[in-house]
Amino acid sequence: MSEPYTTVIGLEVHVQLLTESKLFCRCSTKFGAEPNTQTCPVCIGMPGTLPVMNRKAYGLALKTAVALNCNIPEFTKWDRKQYYYPDLPKGYQISQYDLPMSADGYLEISDPKGRFEPKRVGIIRAHLEEDAGKSVHDEAAGKADSEIDLNRTGTPLLEIVSQPDMRSSTEAKAFLQELKLLLTYIGVSDCNMQEGSLRVDGNVNLHLDHNSQRIATPIVEIKNMNSFRAVERALDYEAARQYREWQETGRNLGDAPKQTRGWDDVAGVTRGQRSKEESSDYRYFPDPDLAPVTTTATEVQAVRASLGELPAELRLRLTEAFELSDYDADVLVNQGRPLVDYYLEVAEHSGDPKAACNWVTQDVLRVLGDEGATIESFPIAAKQLGDLITTIREGNLPNTRAREAFNLMRQSRLDVATAIAQLGIQKVDESELIALVNELLAANPKTVADIRAGKLQAAGALIGQAKKRNANVDPNRVRELSIELAQQGEG
Amino acid sequence: MSLADLTAAELLDLLDRGETTSVEVTRAFLDRIEAQEQSIGAFLRVEADRALVQAAGVDAKRRGKQRVGLLAGLPVAVKDVLCDRDTLTTCASRMLENFRPPYDATVVAKLKAADAVLIGRTNMDEFAMGGSTENSAFQVSRNPWDTSRTPGGSSGGSAAAVAASMTPLAIGTDTGGSIRQPAGLCGVVGMKPTYGRVSRFGLVAFASSLDQVGPFAHTTKDAALLLEAVAGYDARDSTSINRPTPRYSQSIDEPLKGLKVGVVPEHFAAGLDPEVEVAVRQAIDVYKSLGAEIREINLPHSKYGVAAYYVIAPSEASSNLARYDGVHFGYRTEQTEMLAELASERKELLDAGDTKAADDMDTALVRMYRRTRAEGFGPEVKRRIMLGAYALSAGYYDAYYLKALKVRRLIRRDFDEAFAQVDVIAGPVTASPAFKLGEMVDDPLAMYLVDLYTVPANLAGIPGLSLPCGQTQSGLPIGLQLQAPPLEEDRLLRAARMFEQATNWNKMRPPKT
Repeated sequence: MSEPYTTVIGLEVHVQLLTESKLFCRCSTKFGAEPNTQTCPVCIGMPGTLPVMNRKAYGLALKTAVALNCNIPEFTKWDRKQYYYPDLPKGYQISQYDLPMSADGYLEISDPKGRFEPKRVGIIRAHLEEDAGKSVHDEAAGKADSEIDLNRTGTPLLEIVSQPDMRSSTEAKAFLQELKLLLTYIGVSDCNMQEGSLRVDGNVNLHLDHNSQRIATPIVEIKNMNSFRAVERALDYEAARQYREWQETGRNLGDAPKQTRGWDDVAGVTRGQRSKEESSDYRYFPDPDLAPVTTTATEVQAVRASLGELPAELRLRLTEAFELSDYDADVLVNQGRPLVDYYLEVAEHSGDPKAACNWVTQDVLRVLGDEGATIESFPIAAKQLGDLITTIREGNLPNTRAREAFNLMRQSRLDVATAIAQLGIQKVDESELIALVNELLAANPKTVADIRAGKLQAAGALIGQAKKRNANVDPNRVRELSIELAQQGEG
Repeated sequence: MSLADLTAAELLDLLDRGETTSVEVTRAFLDRIEAQEQSIGAFLRVEADRALVQAAGVDAKRRGKQRVGLLAGLPVAVKDVLCDRDTLTTCASRMLENFRPPYDATVVAKLKAADAVLIGRTNMDEFAMGGSTENSAFQVSRNPWDTSRTPGGSSGGSAAAVAASMTPLAIGTDTGGSIRQPAGLCGVVGMKPTYGRVSRFGLVAFASSLDQVGPFAHTTKDAALLLEAVAGYDARDSTSINRPTPRYSQSIDEPLKGLKVGVVPEHFAAGLDPEVEVAVRQAIDVYKSLGAEIREINLPHSKYGVAAYYVIAPSEASSNLARYDGVHFGYRTEQTEMLAELASERKELLDAGDTKAADDMDTALVRMYRRTRAEGFGPEVKRRIMLGAYALSAGYYDAYYLKALKVRRLIRRDFDEAFAQVDVIAGPVTASPAFKLGEMVDDPLAMYLVDLYTVPANLAGIPGLSLPCGQTQSGLPIGLQLQAPPLEEDRLLRAARMFEQATNWNKMRPPKT
C-alpha cells in the first residue's frame, strides 16, 4: 500500500431473513407487491394491536449468529427504538439494544489472489429487528407529495455489526462476499441487494503517523451503497477524501462529531448528510408487549449441528481431500452450494477430482456465464459429465473431440455414448494407426528427415493429414508414433 | 320495580326460565339510560339499535333451544378504549374522534361470543389517564350518588353506568386503579385481574406492562360471571398467561374456610379519611366475625408505588402514544391552515432579516406532527408524554426508569412475602370518598396521590378488587379493597362474596336523579 495512511473500516450489514411472514405479524414478506397490500393492523401499528414474535425468524437469526461464531446469551429481549418518521407507523422500531441475541463472533476472509493476508474479522453483535416502510418521493414537477408503502414494515432484519477490522476496500468487499456466501449456504437470506435484502453501511476513518504520533481522523458513516462494487468505490473515495480533508483541516478523531455521508454512485462521490450529533436520542427501553426470549445451550448445539458444511470448511475439504488448488476451491465454493454439490458428484462419479474441477470451472461455468443460467438448469447431469471424463480417461474419446461431445450432450441432452456415436467418434485400432502413420511417413520423406535431425516439432505436420484421413485419430498418439517410427526407420 | 333494578345473575335466571326476554331487559336499561344519562353522562355513545338487534338475536336463539353464551342477553357497557370492529373507539380523545378499528379487541370478541348485548360505550379519562373522568375530551361524567362529584376514573363512565343501573355489567380497564377506584367511589364491585389473565389485544394501550381489563357489577357474583366470559389466554397477546380459565361463576358461592386476611398498618396512616377508616376497619371486623384470622402484615415498599408508577406508566405511554402523529390514522391538523402558518412565520422572519431562523424553521412534516399532537391530545395526556419522554432520555434513564423498575420488583417481593402468610390483603381503595368535580383539576400531583392504595397491585401484577363496604354520613359510598396472589381471582372473588353476603352494602342504590 503506497498511501501514507491506513484505512480502518467497519461494516454494518442489514440482512433480510427468508421468512414467509413478517417478524411480528403474519403478513407476507414477498417483494414487489402493489404498495400497501401486504399490511395488517399489527404491522401498521393501529391502536390496540400487539406484536407476536415469529419463531421462524428467530430461528434463522440464531442459525446465522451460530454460523458467525457468535456467543448466544441465554436471555435476550426486545427494545423500542423511538423516532418519528412517516414510514415508521408506531413511532418506534422494535429492535434489540443492550442485550442482543448474539455477540462476539467472527468471519474469516482470505484472497486467493493474495492481495491481503487471510484474517479474522470480528463480529461485535448480530441482532434482530423489524424493518421500516418505504417513503416514495414523487419528484415529478408540481408534485411535492411523498407516498408511503408499508409492505416492508415489520420484515425481519438481522443487523450484523463488524469490528473495524478491515484495512482496505478489497478486504471490505471480501468480507461482504464471504458473508453473503455464508448466508446463502445456510439458506437464511437471498441477499439480493437490488431488492434490499442485503444493505450495507460502512464506518471509515484513517490512521496515520504525524510528527511521530499515531493519529486517527474523524469517523464517517457511509450510506446508500447499493452494490459490492459501490461499497468498494465509496470506501476508496472516502479514504482519499478524508486524507485530503485532514491535510486541509488537520482535524482528528474527537475534533468533529461522527458524520454521515451518502454515496452518489453516478457522480462517484460521498456527500454529507445530517450530522450524527443532531440525530435523536432514541429513548430505547424494553418493549413491554413482548416477552424476553430464552435460548438454551442445547438449542444452540442443535442449531450448530444443523448448519451443514460452511464455505470455509468446504474449501478446506476440496484442497485437502481433493487436492484442488486454493484458487480452484475458491472458484467452486464461491459459486454456491448447488454448484459444489454438482462438482462433488462429478468428481465422485469420474473418480478424478482434478479433471472434474477443470470441466466444471472451465466448461460448465463458461456456459452458465454465457447463458446467465444456474447449475440447477444445466442440461448435463453430473453423472453424465462424470461419464464423459471416464470415457476420455479410458481412451475412448480423444481430448480433442471431448468438447464437441460435451456441446452435443448439452445441446441435445444426450448421454456420452450416444453423443460419441452421433459424432461418429470411434476408437482407432493401434495397428490401423501404425499403418496410417507409416503410410504418411513414406509419403513425407522431408518430415522424416527433419525428425531424424532432431526437429521433433516437424511431426506436427502429419497430424493434420492423419486427421483428414480419419477424424478419430488421437493427435497426441499420431505425434508419438510419427517420432517413434521415423526414428526406428533410422536404425 | 324495573328489570333494570336486578342483578345480572337475577336477570339471567329470568331469561333462562323464559320469564323475560333480552329485548325486554335491554329496553328496561335503555329506558333507565333515557331517564338517568342526562344527569350522569356515563356513556359516550349508547348503541340502542345495535343492542336491540343483538338482544333479539339472543332471544331467537333461546326460543330455538340453541346453545347460548355465558352472558346470553345481558347488557354490557364497554369502556371506549377497547376496539369494537367498525364502531367508533375514541379513548375519549380528539385524536381518535373518528377512529373505527377494523378489528375487535379480544375482550369485545369474547363478549360477542358470549351473547352479550353491547349497550354502549362508556366515558373515560382520555387514553385512560386520570382518576376523575374529567380528562375526557368530550364530556363530564358524574357520580350517581352526588352529581356534583366525580365518579372516579379513568373508568368513571363504566362505574357510574353500573351504579345508576343503566347497565347491569360494564367493562373497564385498570392501569393504576382505574377500575377499583371508580368502583369504590360509585359503590359498585370492580376488579382488576392478574396481569395477563385477560387479553390486551385491541385494548388501546396506555401503559402496556400495567394495563388490565376487568369487570364492573353490583355484586361479586356478577363480576365473576363477566370475568369468566372475558378472561383467558390469547395467542395474539404475548403477555397473556397460558392457563385455563376457572369457572369463577360456579365456585363463587363457596365460602373459604380458614381464611387469613392480611391488614397493612401503613394503609391506616395519616391522610386516610376517618369515615373511610372506620368503614374499612368494620369490614375487617366482619371477616373476623365470619371466622377469618386477621393478621398484620407489612408492605414496606408500597409507599414508593406512586413514585415508581408515575415513571413507568408515563414512560410506556410516551412510547405507546407516539403512533398518533397524524400520518396513518386518527386526527391530523388542517393542512391549508398549517401551510399558511408556516408561510407567514417564514415571511415574518425574512422580513426581520433573520434568514438563519427562517432556515431552521420546522419542515412541513415536523409542523404537521407538532400541530396534530398539540391539537389532538388534552393537557393530562401531554403532561404524561412529557414525563415519560423525559424519564427515558439519555442520561436520565438509569435514575428514573431503571430505578422505578427496581422499586417495582421490591413491591412484588413484598407481596410475595405477605402472601406467604395470608390469603388476601384487605384495606381501603382510596383515602377519601368521591371528591368534587373540578376540585383537583389544577393539582395534578394531588390527583396522582389518589392512586396510593391501588397502584401497587398494578406494579406487582396481582389481582385486586373493590367492593362497597360503607357510606359516609353524607351518603357517599366507601370501598373495601381486597388483593390476592397472582391468578387467585377465584379466591379473591369468593373472599369478597363472603363479605357481600354478610352485609347489605351491595344492595344500596343511589337516588334516582
